Amino acid sequence: MPEELNQEGYDIPPEAQDSVVITTLDKIYNWGRRYSAWPMMFGLACCAIEMICTAASRFDFARFGMEVMRPSPRQSDVMIVSGTVTKKMAPLLVRLYNQMPEPKYVVSMGACAGSGGPFKEGYNVVAGIDQFLPVDVYIPGCPPTPQALLFGLMKLQEKMDNQSIKDVRWYSDEPDPGIPIPILGPDLIDPRDFPELMQIREEGEES
Amino acid sequence: MSEELTAAKTQPVSVVERYPDWVRPEERDGYHGVIVEPEHLVAFAESIRDELGFDFLTSVTGVDYHPEDRMEVVYHAFQSTGGGILEFKVQLPRANPVVPSLVGIFPGAAFQEREAWDLLGIRFEGHPNHKRILMWEGFHGHPLRKDWKEPFFIQDQKPFDQRWPEGAFAYIEGANAFNKNVQYPDEFDPASWSDNGGDQVYKSTEELSAEVDQEGIKTERLVVNLGPQHPSTHGVFRMVVTLDGEEVLDLEPVMGYLHRNHEKIGERNTYLMNIPFTDRLDYICSMSNNFGYVLAVEKLLGKRYAPPERAQYIRVIMAELTRIVNHYMTVGFLLNDLGAYFTPTMYALKERELILDIFEAVSGSRMMCNYYRFGGVVRDLPEGVEEQIRRLAYERLPRQIDEMDRYLTENEIVRTRGEGVGVLTPEQAIAHSAVGPVLRASGVPYDIRRADPYSVYDRFDFDVAVRYHGDVYDRYLVRIDEIRQSIRIIQQAIDGLPDGDVMATKPAYKLRMPEGEAYGRVEGPKGELGFYLVSDGSDNPWRYHVRAPSFINLTALRQMCVGEKIADIVAVLGSIDIILGEVDR
Repeated sequence: MPEELNQEGYDIPPEAQDSVVITTLDKIYNWGRRYSAWPMMFGLACCAIEMICTAASRFDFARFGMEVMRPSPRQSDVMIVSGTVTKKMAPLLVRLYNQMPEPKYVVSMGACAGSGGPFKEGYNVVAGIDQFLPVDVYIPGCPPTPQALLFGLMKLQEKMDNQSIKDVRWYSDEPDPGIPIPILGPDLIDPRDFPELMQIREEGEES
Repeated sequence: MSEELTAAKTQPVSVVERYPDWVRPEERDGYHGVIVEPEHLVAFAESIRDELGFDFLTSVTGVDYHPEDRMEVVYHAFQSTGGGILEFKVQLPRANPVVPSLVGIFPGAAFQEREAWDLLGIRFEGHPNHKRILMWEGFHGHPLRKDWKEPFFIQDQKPFDQRWPEGAFAYIEGANAFNKNVQYPDEFDPASWSDNGGDQVYKSTEELSAEVDQEGIKTERLVVNLGPQHPSTHGVFRMVVTLDGEEVLDLEPVMGYLHRNHEKIGERNTYLMNIPFTDRLDYICSMSNNFGYVLAVEKLLGKRYAPPERAQYIRVIMAELTRIVNHYMTVGFLLNDLGAYFTPTMYALKERELILDIFEAVSGSRMMCNYYRFGGVVRDLPEGVEEQIRRLAYERLPRQIDEMDRYLTENEIVRTRGEGVGVLTPEQAIAHSAVGPVLRASGVPYDIRRADPYSVYDRFDFDVAVRYHGDVYDRYLVRIDEIRQSIRIIQQAIDGLPDGDVMATKPAYKLRMPEGEAYGRVEGPKGELGFYLVSDGSDNPWRYHVRAPSFINLTALRQMCVGEKIADIVAVLGSIDIILGEVDR
């Protein structure tokens, strides 16, 4: 532990080396967070089965402090979007994300969550969850193997390491407005697209 | 095979003779069954159920014959005592397709008729709950109609002529007016539009919760929503439950949260391209999904594509290994739902990993195997795999299933939570078209491997697992029994595995497909998995329909849950064993 946390350039007397660590606030803050990222327990599609395998004995992501899967978004830190996001599911997914407390991360697992994957052309498929949520790590594969998921989660830990308490969004003064929840109309409507939609309609009428 | 074909050929003739006023024979080449006049459909269905014993309506779907002005509703019925198929169709005009609903006679048609309405716009008169099922209310159009184009439409059939015009890479998003996978009908005006739809599901249960008086004591009825994000709905499944205290008064399943447009994409794909998509239907049992699909296509293709002996045996071994994986996981998750938390699942996943190693060795992928081909399997077993399977089938799995049995079967909590809960009588099970372990736990010994044998299953010695109480506990027991029977089949198959080729023909990207239709079905781990294909002679299927066992087993969910306590719903749902990829497709 001391090797990982200690700030270089501070000489600690030999007799105190086992009990004292001199470090920065960022480092210890991130060190605590990286080993206790609790994923949200929910699966969308095929990838969820591989996610369960990753939690089980052969792969076991408890080794990285991630074994506490929380069924409630209020208690989780990482949302692993494991599978195809359909238009019918998209509003609920955004709502779940909005319910998660900061700091929160999104891991897009598999081809479908990343881009729509093999089902991209489908009429009920959202071509990539990044249309709605800010994704931190993309994991390719259909489905990604448990090893790939573990690697993706380790990348997320690296990302946490590099964040600083000074500029993270959850300590900024502005309140987080959340992401507007998409609406199921004649097709999926993203509220942020409304002005653009009106414009396209008006242009269409003129021509 | 030949017997089966003759049975299918002779039956329609006798039906035509029996009901000369109601039906006429199918005259198109390659098509089977009979055509029923819409006005006589209900009488015909009642008569075949009561007089001919075709009490098991497994599949209902529609076909759109655009640009001909015709739509068809296709019904596949079987006898619950075993035997061949009775296929009947109703022909309707495309402009206003209305057909009487068969829910009164076969309650199992309820969800399938709703699906046909949702995707094809065929109206079923007299349906008690005539709503969309996979898409949401308010969605524009009926997507499986041939003239309905999805937002990312490029061309009617794959392979597309040119995906990269003049060598330049182009995103499909650019071709769409909204730069996204969305399109809106012309009459849609974002300025005046407001989200006034509300939730259709809550509306329908509102009437129930209005009544509150009971023996002078006012008890409020409660509507509880479970899912789609809920740890024990096995994915994105949703139930709206009306409660009186803890007792379930009504339950409405809501699905479609994983509707990935399997059938629409499947009709654009070539026949070969569909195999990897079938992997993703029931993503725990990809091998048996492949099996069902290739059987249906081989039925269309005819004798030239009959797989060689070795391939037949390999197919059976892989399908039975899949069944073991699935039942292990079902038992694990059921126990998880019953409150044993993750431990039984851990035991189940331990065995699953060993079987997945075999799948990875033969196909290259753990879950999405894509291993079966028309006329065989894609490659032979690699070195050492035969030995690995033998070791599993003879040593490890029998020991492990005994261990699981010892830990769980006599466990007091499992027994009290399972016995007498969610009972489905044999009559109800057949009427609701329940299949697989759900049907057999209700005392109906119906297993397609026996009732209508396919591949080489007639050569193996195995028992059909049946239990008679129809409750959650029996559904658990049937799965344990079936794992044992599957081990027996694998032992016989691996011992008798012949040498030789694994493909009947040279591998080809495109098939010369004759015109016609075929319904291929296998006894998948969850029950009857059927594929209905209509070919117009081109490289792509004209109609590609999946008769998904998880989806249709859910028809009986309400029947099983009403009158139980709310905590038992989770157990009942776990015992049905659904996979959302297959429910919603």
